[in-house]
Amino acid sequence: MFDEYLARRYRTTTRPKKEHYLVKDSAAIVGIGATEFSKDSGRSELQMVCEAVKAAVDDAGLQMEEIDGFVRFEMDYTDEMHICSSLGIPKLTYFAECGWGGGASCSTIVHAAAAIAAGVAECIVCYRGMNEASGRRYGRIPGTPSIMTAPRDHFGSILPFGHCTPPGWVAMFASRYLHEFDATAEDLAWVSVVCREHANRNPNAIFYDRPLTVQECVEARMIIEPLRLYDCCVDTDGAVAIIVASAEKAKKLKQKPAYIVGATQGNATEGELMTSYYRPVISGLPEAWYTGQELWRVTGAIPSDVNVAQFYDAFSPLIPMQLEEYGFCDRGKGMDFCRGGDRIRLGGELPCNTSGSHLSEAYLHGMNLIAEAVRQIRGTSTAQVKNAELSLVTGGLGIPTSAILLRN
Amino acid sequence: MVMEYNPKIPTLRPYIDPDNQGFWDGVREHRLVIQKCKDCGLVIHRPRPMCPRCLSTEREWTPSMGKGVIYAYVNVIYQNAGYPGIKAPYSVVVVEITEGVRILANLYDIEPEGVRIGTPVEICFDDIADDLTLPKFKRLNS
Repeated sequence: MFDEYLARRYRTTTRPKKEHYLVKDSAAIVGIGATEFSKDSGRSELQMVCEAVKAAVDDAGLQMEEIDGFVRFEMDYTDEMHICSSLGIPKLTYFAECGWGGGASCSTIVHAAAAIAAGVAECIVCYRGMNEASGRRYGRIPGTPSIMTAPRDHFGSILPFGHCTPPGWVAMFASRYLHEFDATAEDLAWVSVVCREHANRNPNAIFYDRPLTVQECVEARMIIEPLRLYDCCVDTDGAVAIIVASAEKAKKLKQKPAYIVGATQGNATEGELMTSYYRPVISGLPEAWYTGQELWRVTGAIPSDVNVAQFYDAFSPLIPMQLEEYGFCDRGKGMDFCRGGDRIRLGGELPCNTSGSHLSEAYLHGMNLIAEAVRQIRGTSTAQVKNAELSLVTGGLGIPTSAILLRN
Repeated sequence: MVMEYNPKIPTLRPYIDPDNQGFWDGVREHRLVIQKCKDCGLVIHRPRPMCPRCLSTEREWTPSMGKGVIYAYVNVIYQNAGYPGIKAPYSVVVVEITEGVRILANLYDIEPEGVRIGTPVEICFDDIADDLTLPKFKRLNS
């Protein structure tokens, strides 16, 4: 069942015909909005989400009444029903939710773009809001049964062993990745350092005024071996909203549209929620590979066409692993791609995570990465890639995932 | 014993359902058993209702020698990233057993700083509480 993945073959003959892919260029991201990113927002998640949606509506130059759809994260504590009541949105004709934690980030755009291409709605909000730093942190087990201890076979098979938080789950893949490809803590540090360099240019980043060195990374306290402090993303309070509209409507709005060339999802067999340790190989991310193969197929683009990328980086090893899975380098070469930072920083061959991303800007479950990809198309990033034409974003890893490719 | 449990914070229990019951019944009796397809013989872990190779729902629990090597591991160092009822540091390992499947568990007699990928280990069982036994791995022939 893993033959295609392991042999890096993809049977396009089993896929729908490319010309049947209606999403391509039929929708665009027209508005982005966010709250400040902080460690303690001092307000409800619902309030932050409403603020982010209002900011996105204003950014797009829309009227609130024009919003006719919502796509939420299954994991979000807020919902479209209550958001509409606060924002005075009179009615919706489309609403959906996406599963799998941060794997949902680009999935929200898949749903919105598909609904728009199908004519079900015209102006859809995708959002995520969380008091992840100050409030109900889903990655922490407070000692009593909580949301993460839901009595399911999967959790029941890992929690009794104290294998209970995302850094631990990803550290298991990382131990194998570092072992198989002879990578070191110093190699990984370059990923965190480049993200920090980009955050140091971004006044909205939590770590805007805090530079970081490779030395500091390798000397930082161990969280769950092999992951140290700066290999882990920054817990954040905040909200981000992204508005997707039909290409036709996008042309009449305030901002330069970021057209959606492709939006794809991927699941792979033998998966578990971040603990897929029973596959023939666990030093890769097959969901990401399938998502990428489908993205290149439906868009007709190839990795070398991409000008700038925002890779989902809840943890630093995920960036080199995705460089491999999305086809930017060969398997086992992701660490080489990142070492020294020259190829992934601004001015490099593939500038990555130009806002500082999850490791240094804020951890908003992938939605702040989508906002940054849009800024790159608009030409308004604080680490702007000159004449960026194709901008890639990927969703959360170790779970069913998603990706989008935007163009100007 | 390497792992130190805080009795005031109960260790979380496995969730036992019709598909995995045989595995946990075996653990309680200090036996490692693995799901096997009765029709095509595929050895499967984690337990599931259907054989992914031949789609048969006929399955049995086959005894395992419980011997293998550490395939991947993590050491929980920072207490807040681990379970509060288990004192950090402790290890979680994925062991590839000779029957060809992998089992997730803790280590019984190897301190976190001594854990290496490839170390040969064998299964043992730790009676954590009156109603809870967990599989663990110890050094082979220790």
